[in-house]
Amino acid sequence: MSQHENHAFEHRDDEAKKLGMWLFIFTELLLFGGLFLVYSIFRSQYPDSFHEGSLELSVTIGAINTIILLVSSASVAVALTAIQKNNTKLSMQMLLLTVFLAAAFLVNKYFEWGAKFHHGLYPGSELMQLLDRGHHLYFSLYFFMTGLHALHIIIGMILLLISYFKVKAGKVKMDDFMHLENAALYWHLVDLIWIFLFPLMYLIS
Amino acid sequence: MSEHTHHITPYKTLGIILVVLFFFTFLTIEITSIHLGALTVTVALLIAGVKGFLVLSYFMHLKHESLLLKILVAMVFVLFALIVLITFIDYAFR
Amino acid sequence: MRKETKYVSYLDYEGQYKGIFGWIFSTDHKRLGLLYLYAIALFFFVGAILGLTMRVELATPGETIMKAQAYNGVFTVHGVIMIFMVVIPGLSAVFGNFFLPLMIGAKDVAFPKLNRLTWWILIAGSILAIASQFLREGPPDTGWTFYAPYSTKTGTSVIIATTAAFVLGFASILTGLNFIVTIHRLRAPGMKFFNMPLFPWALYAASWIQLLATPVVGITLVMLIFERLFGIGFFNPDLGGDPILFQHLFWIYSHPAVYIMILPAMGVITEVIPTFCQRRIYGYKAIAISSLAIAAVGFFVWGHHMYTSGMSEQARWFFSLLTFIVAVPSAIKVFNWIATMYRGSINLQAPFLYALFFIFLFIIGGTTGLILGAVAPNVQVHDTSFVVAHFHYIIFGGMGFAFFSGLHYWFPKMYGRMYNLKAANWGAIILFIGFNLLYFPQFIIGYQGMPRRYYDYLPQFQWAQTISLIGGIILFIGFFVMVGNLVRGAKKGAIAPANPWNGTTLEWTVPSPPPVENFDEDPIIKSDPYDYK
Ligand SMILES: [Cu+2]
Repeated sequence: MSQHENHAFEHRDDEAKKLGMWLFIFTELLLFGGLFLVYSIFRSQYPDSFHEGSLELSVTIGAINTIILLVSSASVAVALTAIQKNNTKLSMQMLLLTVFLAAAFLVNKYFEWGAKFHHGLYPGSELMQLLDRGHHLYFSLYFFMTGLHALHIIIGMILLLISYFKVKAGKVKMDDFMHLENAALYWHLVDLIWIFLFPLMYLIS
Repeated sequence: MSEHTHHITPYKTLGIILVVLFFFTFLTIEITSIHLGALTVTVALLIAGVKGFLVLSYFMHLKHESLLLKILVAMVFVLFALIVLITFIDYAFR
Repeated sequence: MRKETKYVSYLDYEGQYKGIFGWIFSTDHKRLGLLYLYAIALFFFVGAILGLTMRVELATPGETIMKAQAYNGVFTVHGVIMIFMVVIPGLSAVFGNFFLPLMIGAKDVAFPKLNRLTWWILIAGSILAIASQFLREGPPDTGWTFYAPYSTKTGTSVIIATTAAFVLGFASILTGLNFIVTIHRLRAPGMKFFNMPLFPWALYAASWIQLLATPVVGITLVMLIFERLFGIGFFNPDLGGDPILFQHLFWIYSHPAVYIMILPAMGVITEVIPTFCQRRIYGYKAIAISSLAIAAVGFFVWGHHMYTSGMSEQARWFFSLLTFIVAVPSAIKVFNWIATMYRGSINLQAPFLYALFFIFLFIIGGTTGLILGAVAPNVQVHDTSFVVAHFHYIIFGGMGFAFFSGLHYWFPKMYGRMYNLKAANWGAIILFIGFNLLYFPQFIIGYQGMPRRYYDYLPQFQWAQTISLIGGIILFIGFFVMVGNLVRGAKKGAIAPANPWNGTTLEWTVPSPPPVENFDEDPIIKSDPYDYK
C-alpha cells in the first residue's frame, strides 16, 4: 500500500532483493531435490528398467535442448552485462534471444512428448498401467520431472518478457537493474536443474 | 549506483564459460555411451556437478558475491546431500 | 487521550484505503500481524470445536454422536486446521510480523507487499481446506498425514485438502523468506546478530526451516495429487511405488515443522522470563546458538515417526540416536530459563504464569518425546493415544501456551490498552488445569493400549475418556475467560503505558500502540538487549 511510499525510508535495497531471489531459488532447488531423491531411490530399486527406459529417449533431442538452455543461459547473462554497461539495445536483443530459445526448448519438448503420446505412453494411459513396475516408475518420473521443469521454463519466459518490457520502458536501466538480475538468476536455475536432469534421464545407462 | 556490490562479468568470460559448458556436455554424452558399469553414474554426476558449479559461479555471479551467500548456497547442497544419504540408510539395508 | 500525543498510531492511521480495506490491503507489518491473529484465532476456534466433538464421541464406548466415517473426517479436519492453519503460521506470522521489525529497530519487513500477499495466500489456502469438508465426496479421512497408499485410493476429497496444504505451505515459505531477508538487511545501524533479542534469533532459525523443508512436502503432495489423477504409482505398491517413501518425504518436512512452531514459542518464553524476573537472560549465546542447532539437527531426525513402518534396522538406530541428540539444545534452553529465574525479582503476571506452565508442559512433552524416540518403547506405544498426548503436550502445551504468554505479554503494546490482570491469571490457571485433565489420562490409557484415531474403545478405558471430556470442557471455560478478558481489555481496558512490564527490548521504547513507522528516529542499540540495570 502507498502508506509508506511518501516517506523517506522507502529506499532501494538491491541486496535485499537479490538475497530474496536466492532464497526463493533455494526453495526451488529443494522442490526438485525431493524429486531427485525419489528418482535415486527408484533407480536403485529398478536399475535395469531405468536403463531400458532411458534408451527409449532420444539423446539427440536431449542434447539439443541442453545446448539451447546453455546458450540461453549465456545470452541472459550477456543481457545483464549489457545493461550494466548501459547498452540497452544489446540487452533487449539478448533478452529476446533468450525468450526465443526458451520457446525453442518447449517446441522440442512438445515433439518429444508428442511422440511418446503417439505411442500411447502418457500419464494415465492404458499402456502405462501395463508396463512393468520399473518402467512405469521411470516414465512417470520422466513426465513429472520434465513437466515440472517445462512449467518453470514458462514462468522464466514470463519473467524475462517482463524484464524486456521494463528495459524498453526505461524502468530497468544501468543503475537500477535488479529486476533483470533476478529474472536472470531464475533463468539460470532452470538451466541448472536441466544440467542434472539431462544425464539422469537421457544418458545414464 | 552501487559499483562496489555489483561486479560486471565481461562478455569474454561468459563466452569462455559457454564453450567450456559445451565441451562438458559433449564429454558426458561420449563417456556415458561407453560402458563403464557403475562408474557411469558417478562420472555423469561429477560432470553435471562441474557444469552446475560453473553456472553458479559465473552465470549467477556467485564468485563475486559475499561469503555469506556462498556459504548459504553450499549449505543448501550439503543439506540435500545429507537428506539423500540418510534416506539411503533405510533403503540400502532393508 | 490519543489526541494529546502527537504521533499517529498504526491503529488510527488513515491511508489510501478506508475502513476494512485499510486493513486487508495494508502492508503495515503491525496490521498484518493483527490480521493473522484474527484469522488464526478463528481457525483455532473451529479446530477446537472439532476437538471437543471428538471428545464427546469418545465419552462412551461405541457410537455416541457420530459414525466411524464421520469421526475419521473430524480428526482429519481437526489435524489439518490445527497444524497447517494454526500452529505453523501461529507464532511466526502473528508475533513475528508484529514484533520482528520492532525488536530489530526496523520500520517494516523487507518485502511489505509480499507480506500482504502472503496473508492472502494463507486465506486462500484456508478456504480450500475448509471447502474440502463440504464437497460431495465427503471430508478427507486420511488423517492430516495423508499416508499412502490409503490416500491414493480413498474416495474422499483428498485432492482439495492436499492442494490446500500446498498453498498454505507456500504462504509459510514466503513468511520465512521475508523474515530471513529482514533480519539480514534491516537490523538498525549498530545491531549485530549477537545484539539481537532472542525472539528474532528463534524466528531466524525457524524461518530457515520454513524455507528449506516446506518445498519437500510441497512436491510430495503434488506427486500424491498426480498419483490420484493419473494413476501414477509413486507411492502405491500395486504399481511398484513405495508407501514408505511417502512417509520419508512427508516427515522430512513434518518433523522440522515441529520446530517451525516450537522455536518461536521458545523465543517468546525467552523474552518473557527475563522481563518478569528483571534479570539478564542466563546464557544468551547458548540460547541463540541452540536455536540454530535445533534447526540444523532437526532436519535429520524425521525417521523417528517411522519405526514401525518396516524401515531398516540401521535407519532406526540412526534416527533414534539423532533424536536424542536434538533433545540436548532444547534442554539447554530449559536450564537457561530456570537459571534466569534464580534470584530474580519475580512479577507473577499472566505472561509469566503462562511461561511457567509452558516450561512444565514442555518438559512432560519433551521427555515423553524421548520415550517415543527410543525404538523399543516406541514400538510398544506407536499409534496409541500416548502419542496423541505427547504431541498435544508439545504443540498445545508448548506452542499454544507460549502463544498465550506472548499474547498477554505484548497485548498492551499491540492495542495500547491493558486487560484485567487478575482475570488473566485465572484464565491461565483454568486452562492449565483443563489441559492436564484432558491430556494426561491419554498417556496412561495409551500405554495400556488405547489406539489413536479410533471412535470406539474397550470399557476399561472409560474412566480416562471421561476425565478427558471434563478436562476439555474446563479448557473451553478457560478459553472464554481468557478471550473475554482480552476482548474487554482491547475495548475498555485502561490505557497502557509504553513499557508496562519494564522490558528492555526495543519494542518497549516506542509508544503503545506503536506509530505507523515504528521509530521516529534511529533507535539506540545497546550491546546487551537484556540490560536490567
Ligand atoms: Cu518428529
